[in-house]
Amino acid sequence: MQTQTHLESQTVINKKKKLKKNGWNLRNTWQLHAMLLPAVIIVFIFQYIPLFGLVMAFQDYEPWLGFLHSPWVGLDHFKTMFEYEDARQVIWNTLIISSLKIVFNIVVPLAFALLLNEVYIMKFKRTVQTIVYLPHFLSWVILGGILIDMLSPEGGIVNRVLVSLFNIKPIFFLGDNDWFRTVVVITDVWKECGFNTIVFLAAITSINPTLYEAAIVDGANRWQQTVYVTLPSMLPIIIVVGTLSLGNILNAGFDQILNLYNPLVYKTGDIIDTYVYRVGLLNGDFSYGTAVGLFKSIISFILVVAGYRLAYKYANYKVF
Amino acid sequence: MYHYQKSLSYKIFIIFNYFILALSALLCILPLIHILAVSFSGSAAATANIVGLWPVDFTLDAYKKTIGNENFVRALLNSLLRVVLGTSISMACMLCAAYSLSKSDHAFKGRKIYMWFFVFTMLFHGGLVPTYMVVTKLGLTDTIWALVLPSAISSFNLILLVNFFRTSVPKSLEEAAIIDGANHFTIFWRIYLPISVPAIATISLFTMVFHWNSWFDGMIYMSNVKHYPLSTFLQTIIVQQDFSKMSVDAETLKNLSERTVKSAQIFIAALPMLIVYPFVQKFFVKGIVLGAEKE
Repeated sequence: MQTQTHLESQTVINKKKKLKKNGWNLRNTWQLHAMLLPAVIIVFIFQYIPLFGLVMAFQDYEPWLGFLHSPWVGLDHFKTMFEYEDARQVIWNTLIISSLKIVFNIVVPLAFALLLNEVYIMKFKRTVQTIVYLPHFLSWVILGGILIDMLSPEGGIVNRVLVSLFNIKPIFFLGDNDWFRTVVVITDVWKECGFNTIVFLAAITSINPTLYEAAIVDGANRWQQTVYVTLPSMLPIIIVVGTLSLGNILNAGFDQILNLYNPLVYKTGDIIDTYVYRVGLLNGDFSYGTAVGLFKSIISFILVVAGYRLAYKYANYKVF
Repeated sequence: MYHYQKSLSYKIFIIFNYFILALSALLCILPLIHILAVSFSGSAAATANIVGLWPVDFTLDAYKKTIGNENFVRALLNSLLRVVLGTSISMACMLCAAYSLSKSDHAFKGRKIYMWFFVFTMLFHGGLVPTYMVVTKLGLTDTIWALVLPSAISSFNLILLVNFFRTSVPKSLEEAAIIDGANHFTIFWRIYLPISVPAIATISLFTMVFHWNSWFDGMIYMSNVKHYPLSTFLQTIIVQQDFSKMSVDAETLKNLSERTVKSAQIFIAALPMLIVYPFVQKFFVKGIVLGAEKE
């Protein structure tokens, strides 16, 4: 046994020596490179090659001329974007919808996790948690179909209930500019609430119990314990969730909006992604679509990196 | 567990709390029950808007019409093919890559470069239009490959797998295998994979859910409705209410636009999620915790 361990450490030492000698040491690692190859090829083709296509944003791209012969227009498309009323409205809509989503997707799950934490019947707790998490797994196509039916002004169940309770006129939730953003934010929180609730609950359970014991000795009641122990202990994870969602400020929920909106609510509900899809792919204005998309990618990139840095600085969170 | 005084106000709060929580849970499940009730109701009752949470004039008509619609059945089969093929390709590529990336920087020169290669895709995208053009130029439109290849590598899932390999495969086992002369392929196949079954199941489920729910790629890359996966098909007929792409006779069209049939289709599409949900949920919780606790 002893000799074996000795042998083992000897081999390890020998290996280390060898490694230092020839840098890449392909004789031992070619298999590792080979195993990465399929993933690298797929990512290169579908994620990196499109980056070259970004030159379209600075051209008037015509499919029959190709990238090489299409005329260059510099920053014209970006200028158009900021001069164009529609595009400004779209950016504004995106910011409003996504900020509301970010705030409510932290506040509601946090409150929900705190309430769930006060439940001592485990079965009840688990059941509620399971059910609340369910909508997260259904796609916006399914939920869109359900919501369009339920929110319909012509006999949708929501309007039926509202009319019978408050005796008001049916509301066209998905076709009314005053209501659309509210519906988008509420349904998004409804769908995604369970996810952050679980993250927050996990953070609550990992709080050191001695903190509570000390608080109890000091005569703190349950509310005071929540305010002075639970919330401060959860601050790092709240910061992480908050800063990481910064990168999503220009993602107001493409899938959701595309499944819920219609031309009636473009004024308040059209967001960058749906706009890019309509002008870029449906109208075939490839260059302008690419330019708007690139604008979004650059801003998002800056915010994602900033978000990670902040999360690391204030909560010591590392992605990898 | 904690001993504190149960004051009257706390007791009132507890009752209130149970009430609020039960109500929220109900709010999450009632829409599905409503749709289910409509799908089992007679079409006259559904059109007259008298169905609440229980079917009126119970009938299986809507389901018979749905199953009888060949467009629907074909879309369902497309979706199944997509889930199976997409998940296998994704998992095969990601597991191999994750094995290599789980080595130390010391043992595998170049690991850092590869790692950044994948992480960069999480930070910066080419955007919709350029990606669309690459897929079209490669001639993948109207083939299943347009649905499974572009999304095959999820950097996020890849990092989860790498973290899992790094933390849960005992290094001593690997060193012993190296001494016995095992190469990387053998170690991967004989040690890493068997140990990582829970993580593989988790990420596979993530991927399956993703493929089942995806619809947008189907819509932009498939010009023929025959190639639509189920989600795309439903998006077209229920959300957009666009029947122009389908060559259907008036009778089928009437059936498709019936409220009960729509509800039945929505429910059938949601059903696989509802069935696997209890398993997925357990794994997802683990996945999130796995993601949150990695360092």
